[in-house]
Amino acid sequence: MSSWIVILASVIYLVLLFFIAYYVEGKKIAGKRIFNNPYIYALSLAVYCTAWTFYGSVGKASKDGFDFLAVYIGPTLVAPIWIIILRKIIRICKTQRITTIADFISSRYGKNISLASIITVLCFLGVIPYISLQLKAIAESFDIIINPDFKQKSSSYLLFSDTALIVAIFMAAFTVLFGTRRVESNEQHSGMVAAVAFESIIKLLAFLSVGFYVTWVMFDGFGDIFTRASNFVSYQKLFTVKPVSGYSDWFWVSILSGIAATLLPRQFQVGVVENTDENHLKKAIWLFPLYLLLINIFVLPIAFSGQMLFEGLSVNADYFVLDIPLLANNKLLALVVFIGGFAAATSMIIVETIALSTMFSNHLVIPALLGTDYLKQYHQIGLSKILLNSRRIGMILILGTAYGYYHYISKYYSLVSIGLISFVSVAQLAPSIFGGLYWKKGNKTGAISGLIAGFVIWFYTLVLPSLTSSNILSVDFVLYGPFGIEWLKPNALLGMTEFSPIVHSMFFSLIINLGLYVTVSLWTKQSATEQNQAEIFVDIFKYEKIMDTTATWKGVASIPDMQSLLANFLGEQRSKTAIQNFATRNNLDLNQNKADPKLVAYVERVLAGIIGSASARVMLGSVVKEEEIKLAELMDILKESQQLMLLNRELKKAKEQLEDANFILKEIDELKDDFLATVTHELRTPITSIRAFSEILYDNPEIELEERQQYLQIINKETDRLSRLISQVLDLEKYDSGKQKLNLNKENIVEIMKECTDSILQLVKDKGISLQTKIDLNETEFLIDKDKVMQVVINLLSNAVKFTEPPNGLIELRVINTGEFLEISVNDNGKGISHEYQQLIFEKFFQARNQTVRKPKGSGLGLAICKKIVELHGGEIRVLSESGKGATFVFTIPKLKA
Amino acid sequence: MTKVDKIRILVADDEPNILLSLEFLMRKSGYEVFIARNGTEAMEIVKTQKPDLAVLDIMMPDIDGYQICDYIKKSKELAACKVIFLSAKSKESDIQKGMSFGADFYMTKPYSTRALMLKVNDLLTAE
Repeated sequence: MSSWIVILASVIYLVLLFFIAYYVEGKKIAGKRIFNNPYIYALSLAVYCTAWTFYGSVGKASKDGFDFLAVYIGPTLVAPIWIIILRKIIRICKTQRITTIADFISSRYGKNISLASIITVLCFLGVIPYISLQLKAIAESFDIIINPDFKQKSSSYLLFSDTALIVAIFMAAFTVLFGTRRVESNEQHSGMVAAVAFESIIKLLAFLSVGFYVTWVMFDGFGDIFTRASNFVSYQKLFTVKPVSGYSDWFWVSILSGIAATLLPRQFQVGVVENTDENHLKKAIWLFPLYLLLINIFVLPIAFSGQMLFEGLSVNADYFVLDIPLLANNKLLALVVFIGGFAAATSMIIVETIALSTMFSNHLVIPALLGTDYLKQYHQIGLSKILLNSRRIGMILILGTAYGYYHYISKYYSLVSIGLISFVSVAQLAPSIFGGLYWKKGNKTGAISGLIAGFVIWFYTLVLPSLTSSNILSVDFVLYGPFGIEWLKPNALLGMTEFSPIVHSMFFSLIINLGLYVTVSLWTKQSATEQNQAEIFVDIFKYEKIMDTTATWKGVASIPDMQSLLANFLGEQRSKTAIQNFATRNNLDLNQNKADPKLVAYVERVLAGIIGSASARVMLGSVVKEEEIKLAELMDILKESQQLMLLNRELKKAKEQLEDANFILKEIDELKDDFLATVTHELRTPITSIRAFSEILYDNPEIELEERQQYLQIINKETDRLSRLISQVLDLEKYDSGKQKLNLNKENIVEIMKECTDSILQLVKDKGISLQTKIDLNETEFLIDKDKVMQVVINLLSNAVKFTEPPNGLIELRVINTGEFLEISVNDNGKGISHEYQQLIFEKFFQARNQTVRKPKGSGLGLAICKKIVELHGGEIRVLSESGKGATFVFTIPKLKA
Repeated sequence: MTKVDKIRILVADDEPNILLSLEFLMRKSGYEVFIARNGTEAMEIVKTQKPDLAVLDIMMPDIDGYQICDYIKKSKELAACKVIFLSAKSKESDIQKGMSFGADFYMTKPYSTRALMLKVNDLLTAE
């Protein structure tokens, strides 16, 4: 294939990538966080799958069978634990504004600069081979696709004499453009995340399409490939675990890759720093393993078909994925595969380089400058430029070194073995990170000792031997040990020969690392800052809420100093706004010269987000006089803040309760006022008539006798109404205040009902309607207050009379007993009560307050009193009715034991 | 008073006994009385009979006294019609509300028949 087509496709792909990042970044500035969801997060975590996975897995499978799977099983097993561990790390990083893994460790162990610098150097050393692996993959796949010669290894007949160099230069330029647009490293690179997620989709699709092509187009499905492969004796051993080191290899490599998937600088970048929502973890812990499963599904079929297709030819198994479509002369698929591999490699390079360059600028350049007078001189022109430029230089340096490593060493190794070397180096961070998360006693000296020892062993057992292959070092060193000392042989320390080199190195480096970390931590003391940080890290979920409002800092500082410190990086305007916003949030007075400790702590956190916590502390130290805070003091401060918060919460609760109570009281008060107003209004009405007619009679002696008697009659009736009303109000008051007691006696219900109907009979006859009584009781004696129950029944009956019209008017009084209850109902065939009023009619003065239904007249208290009486007996009263179809009032009285 | 015939007075209240007393008083003073037992009837009389004075209860079912007063005071044809509220609502705020509809007088129940009649005569002879 013409090299220009491949180059053009790659450039178009990169431009597309850049456009995605640019678009998403732009949307974010406009305030819209598009693509902010768990799927993007999980896809960005898949940056774990690099060219190693894309090309190397098939290579590894061709050689060692199932072994390639161990590095995916590790992360799959670890993923569920992320919900605990990664969530804690994320929480710590958000509150402490930590942006790199080096910063995380240094911050935990007392914000120590040298610790951050050491880790940065170690990460550099560890990850450079890994990046060089990507360069190698891009360069070699490029060479293969433009010159698919299966007879001989690709030689220097190429457009460029050194593809990898061109790739490295190109990637450096791209990453610089891509990754250093903003200063604050804690400003999340949402554009980068979107681009990386996109790359994850591309590499997966590319791999699946070649897998599909091989399995179902070139062969006849999985079964076909595996059946054919099983005919080769040499392949059968691929399906068995090696007897000596096989099982331990699986075990250790799984652990190793689980750690790497969590702690590799690029995994830390996308998993922790770029995390926008902890809840995304919940989906990621199954989506990420699912991705790993999908991208591995076709590894074995491709590996076997590659071996069968290229039987006898010297074709590097690492590139079967690309070679097979080329052999089948499917150029389009080959190009797709190339782009897929390109995506896998570039995503890793981009994220890893951004992560490492941040470490480079924050933990190497800035501390170096802090030590000199340089920073003080350039205090005014803005350090952000220095910071950005040092990041750019860092990126170029990283890719340059990676190229160098490729040129001298990686060429001679398979993709997987280079990657594993990096894994072991990164695993050295595990003891100090996990220890730091859960063990308060772990300290700086312990961490440094463990780290350095671990790295030295790693270097000695893995890196030095790799140098022999390029003749930088004599092979004798590996074969016979340094100076011929057998037990120092780098691949068999103390004569340990059972392990593969990777597991061997991991075993010794981690054991000694962990051992030193624990023992040295136990033997040495923590500084005050360290103790404080340990407390905060381990118990982050306890403290995170109060971090913003708590001054974990003590000393004297001035507000202008704080502002100019921030202005170095943020510019005048932004630092001013930041400080003002913080002051408003926390009710601080900015007019004083002296800065509040909370503000100082805040400035330190902002600075930490830009230059790392250790450098931030040093910079702060240059303008403020700090006093040491002892752990006991810190605990007091934190406890106070917590108590304050609790107190605030309780106060708020108490206030709410008080407000509720007040509201209820007010309501009761209003009800009372309402009641009083209604009562007076109801009293005024009869009095008005009484007074008017008294005056009329007095002023007009000439009125005829008949008319006179009519008026006197009115006065009489209105007086009755008045006294009835008064006694009912008093009655009701007794029920309301609980003063009304029942006079309970064994009474004969049948007799009582007779008395009730007798008293109402005249009214019924007068109106020309009829009344029926149906009593169906299996016992007649009940414990009740006779007068009160009669009052209820008569009230209901007379109401029924009022609402029933002749000539068909019919009132029915029914009495039954159902188990535990005596049930009395009064039914009429009057105009009924519509649903909305059925509850309300039992309220006092409901008629009066609802003028539209006020007719015919009553005191408005009758049903309210009935309800009280029934309730006092422990029963219930309700009405069943439909407009126009009559009404049935039912009340129950529970049988009381005498 | 330009009319030759009797002065026409509307009395509106949903209490029959109060209505009876008002009817007696008005008739005795020589006015022509129109009786309304609720707001609807009152509104009907206002529109058809064009009374010279209306004595209105406030709390009546359907249409309340305020609405009737408001109608009278906004109608050009009824420009000369006086309004007296006769209500059990006796709070200062109630009185102010009543007057805000343009009523000429507000009297609380129980009322003095003499004071009412004086006021009625007063209002009718004011022009």
